[in-house]
Amino acid sequence: MRSEAHAHGVGAALSDRVREKTGVDVARCYQCGKCSAGCPLASEMDFPPSQVMHLLQLSAAFPELAEQALRSHTIWLCLTCEICYCRCPMELDIPAIMDALRHESLQQRKVNPRARDILAFHRAFLDSVKYTGRLFEMGQVVDYKLRSGHFLQDLLQAPWMFLVGKLHLLPERVRNRRQLARIFAKTLKARENRP
Amino acid sequence: MKTGFYPGCSMKGSAREYSESLLALAREIGRELPEVPDWNCCGATAAHNLDRDLALALPARILAAAEKAGMDEVLVPCAACYSRLKVTRHELLADDSLRQRISGLVEADYRGSAGVLNIIEWLGRVPDLEKLVKKPFQRKVACYYGCLLVRPAGVVKFDRPEDPQSMDLLMKKIGADPIDWAFKTECCGAGFSVSRTDLVARLSGQILDDAVSRGAEAVVVACPMCHLNLDLRRPNIEKRAGKKFHLPVIYITQAVGMALGLKPKQLGLQRHKVSPSALLAPASAKPPAGSKSASGDSPASAPLSGSSAGAPASTASKVN
Repeated sequence: MRSEAHAHGVGAALSDRVREKTGVDVARCYQCGKCSAGCPLASEMDFPPSQVMHLLQLSAAFPELAEQALRSHTIWLCLTCEICYCRCPMELDIPAIMDALRHESLQQRKVNPRARDILAFHRAFLDSVKYTGRLFEMGQVVDYKLRSGHFLQDLLQAPWMFLVGKLHLLPERVRNRRQLARIFAKTLKARENRP
Repeated sequence: MKTGFYPGCSMKGSAREYSESLLALAREIGRELPEVPDWNCCGATAAHNLDRDLALALPARILAAAEKAGMDEVLVPCAACYSRLKVTRHELLADDSLRQRISGLVEADYRGSAGVLNIIEWLGRVPDLEKLVKKPFQRKVACYYGCLLVRPAGVVKFDRPEDPQSMDLLMKKIGADPIDWAFKTECCGAGFSVSRTDLVARLSGQILDDAVSRGAEAVVVACPMCHLNLDLRRPNIEKRAGKKFHLPVIYITQAVGMALGLKPKQLGLQRHKVSPSALLAPASAKPPAGSKSASGDSPASAPLSGSSAGAPASTASKVN
C-alpha cells in the first residue's frame, strides 16, 4: 500500500497528511452522521461529510478511496458554515479538513469538473486582490465570466447596482501593491507552479 | 483604548450602505472610527479554499498594520472578514513558529496585540443605548446572525453557536420585538452568490420562508454577504420558490440608526433591492417612545402586514 501511495507522488496516507496539516485525527470519528445531518448542502454532495471522513479513515489501506475524496464534488461544495464542527461530538474540525483536501486536490490537479464554476469564481476573486490589494467587484465579475463562459448571467443586475451606487467602475487600490504581489508570489503562485 | 475600523471590500462597494449607516451612527454617538491604514482584502472564502498561507497572510497584514497604527482593537463589521481576522489571530497566537513564518510573509512582526471586534460587540458597548432612542423601532424582526459571527465557537468565543441572543437583546433595546425562529444561524449560501446562484436561491429562500411564516416585518443582518444573498438575490429566490417575498432585509446599523432618529438617506436605505419603505412609516397602534412593554402584544400594523410580510397577519400575531 505504501508503495502505491508513493506512486501518487506523496509519501504518507491522505489521513496522515490531513492530520499533519490540521491536527485532526480522522480515526476518532465514529460515524454518528451528525455532520451530514446538519450540512446545508449534503443533498448536493457526492459524499456527505461523514462519508468523506470514512474515505479518509480507509485511505491508508485503500489509496483509491483517498483519490475519491480528492476528486469529490463535496470538498468544493462545502461552504465552511462550520455547523458540522459545531455539532461533532468528537469536536473534529471538519471544515479544516475540507480546506486541506481542497488544497491537495488543487495542487494535484484533481478538481472535480462539476466544481469548475466555483473554482473559477475563487480564482477571479484572488486575481482581483492580487492586482489591486482589494476586491474590485466589477473586475472580478468580468474575470469570472471570461473564465466560466457564463457571459449572460446577471447582465441586468449590473446597471441597477450602478444606479444605486453599489458598483464602482474603478478599483480601490492599496498603496503597497508590490508587497501584496510578493505575498501572492510566495504562497498561491509558488504552489500552483509546482510541477 | 483606540478602536480601528476595517471596512473590507464589500462595504466600499456592494454593501456601502452598511458602512454609511455605521459611520452615521458613530458620529451620532460620538465615536471615532479611523480606518486601518492601507488595509487589504482579507482573502475571504477564496483564499482559505485555495491556499492556507495566503489565507493567514492577508488578514495578518491587516492586523499588523492596525498594531503599527497603535490600535488596541479593530472593529470588523462584515461577519465574513471578522471570521478571517479572528481565525488568523487565533491560529497565529496558538503557534509561534507559524506566527513567525507568516510575519515573514507580510514583512512585519505581527504580535497579536490588536483584538478583533464584531459589530454586535461594538454596539453593545454603547452606554445606555435605550436612552438614546428617539423613535423606537417597533417591528417584529428576525435577527439573522448567519454562520460566521458565532462559529467556530472555540475561536470567536461569542454568543451561542446555534441560538445566539446578543442581537435579539440589542433589538429589544431599541424597541423592536425579535421573533423566535429556526434559521438564525443557517447558512445563506455565502460565497456561492455568483458561482452557484441556484444553491443560494434555495438556502436563502428557506431563511426568508421561515422569517415570513413567523410574522417578521424585517430581517436584520450583520454581514454584507448575507445581505447580498437575501436582498440582491431576491429575484433568484422568488423565481425558485415560485412566490414573492416582500420582506425587507436591513443592516443592524440601519435598524439602530432609524431608532436613533437618523434620516433614511444617511443610513443608505435607498440602496436596497427590496424597499424597506414600509419600515419608515410610523408603526401605528402602538404606544409611543421607549415602552418595551409594547413588544409582542400587537400584530403588525395593517398597512404592513399586506406589503412587508407574505404571511397572513393572523399567523404573525401568534408567533412566540
